[in-house]
Amino acid sequence: MNYLEYLPIFVFIIIALGLSTGFALLSSFVGPNKPDKEKLSAYECGFPPFDDARGRFDVRFYLVAILFIIFDLEVAFLFPWAISLSSTGLAGYISMMLFLFILTVGFIYEWKKGALEWE
Amino acid sequence: MILFFFLFSAVTVLSSIAVISSRNPVHSVFFLILAFVNSAGIFVLAGAEFLAMILLIVYVGAVAVLFLFVVMMLNVGVDKIKTQTRKYMLSGFLVAIILLFELIFSFANLDIIIQKPENNLEKNTNTHALGNVLYTDYFLPFQVSGCILLVAMLGAIILTLRKREGVLRQNISEQVSRTKEDSIKIVKIGKKL
Repeated sequence: MNYLEYLPIFVFIIIALGLSTGFALLSSFVGPNKPDKEKLSAYECGFPPFDDARGRFDVRFYLVAILFIIFDLEVAFLFPWAISLSSTGLAGYISMMLFLFILTVGFIYEWKKGALEWE
Repeated sequence: MILFFFLFSAVTVLSSIAVISSRNPVHSVFFLILAFVNSAGIFVLAGAEFLAMILLIVYVGAVAVLFLFVVMMLNVGVDKIKTQTRKYMLSGFLVAIILLFELIFSFANLDIIIQKPENNLEKNTNTHALGNVLYTDYFLPFQVSGCILLVAMLGAIILTLRKREGVLRQNISEQVSRTKEDSIKIVKIGKKL
C-alpha cells in the first residue's frame, strides 16, 4: 500500500496544528492579561445574565440529526456499489434498488408526516 | 510507519481516557472526536482505507454531532454524574469484561484476521473488494441493514415529532386555489344625496 498519497494530508495537519497552537500561545504570552470580575462576567446587553449559557435544545434538532445520519449511511453504502457495479452486474443493481426502495418507504413516511418541515 | 502507529494509538488511548475523565461533557465529546479521527488513522495504516473514510464521514461528521445535541439537550450537571457513577459501576464493569474477552478472543485468533484474501489488494482497492461481495454474496445482511435503517428512521420520528398547535403555516395550494368569488365581498353602497 502506498502511504505517500497521505503525505499532503499529514503536512496539512502539521501546519494547521502549528498555526493554531502558535496563535494561541502567542496571544497568551504577548497580549496584556489583566482580568477582573466585570471583564470575566458574561456580557448580556448591560444587564446581568439571566441563567446558564448552556440552555436546552429543542428535540427537533435531534430529529434532524438522526435523519441526516440515516441518509449519510445510505450514501456510504452507495460508494462501493457505484465503484464495483461493472463486476456485480444486474444482481448488484437489483440488490441496491431493493435497499433504496426500503429506505424510500421511510423517506415518504417522514415527508408525509411532516418531519422535514420546520413549523 | 511504526512511528505513526504509535502516534495514532497513543493519542487515541489518551483522548479516550480524557473522554471519561473530563469534567465538562462538551469537552468529552470533543475528545471523542479526536479519538475517532485517530482511529481512522489507524485504519489507514492497517490498509482499510474505505473503513477509515467511512469512520470520518459517519462518526465524526454525524454521530459526534448527535452526541453534542444529546449533551446539550440533557443539561447534565457534573455533580450529578459524579454521584451516579457508583450506581452504574456494576453494569460498566460487566461491559468492560465482555470487551476484554472480545479482545482476548481476537488476539487468540490473530491468524484469521491477518490472513490475506485471494485477490491481491495491490490492483484492487478495498472499496472494490467490499463492493464485489457486499451486494451479491451478502445480500441478506445488506437488506437487513436497510430494514434497520428504516426502523431507526421511523423510531426517531415517532419518538420526537411533536405537532405544535396554533402555528400559522403557509399552504401554497390553498393560496393558489383562492378565487375572486370566495375572497372578495362586494358591498353595494347606495347613493344618498
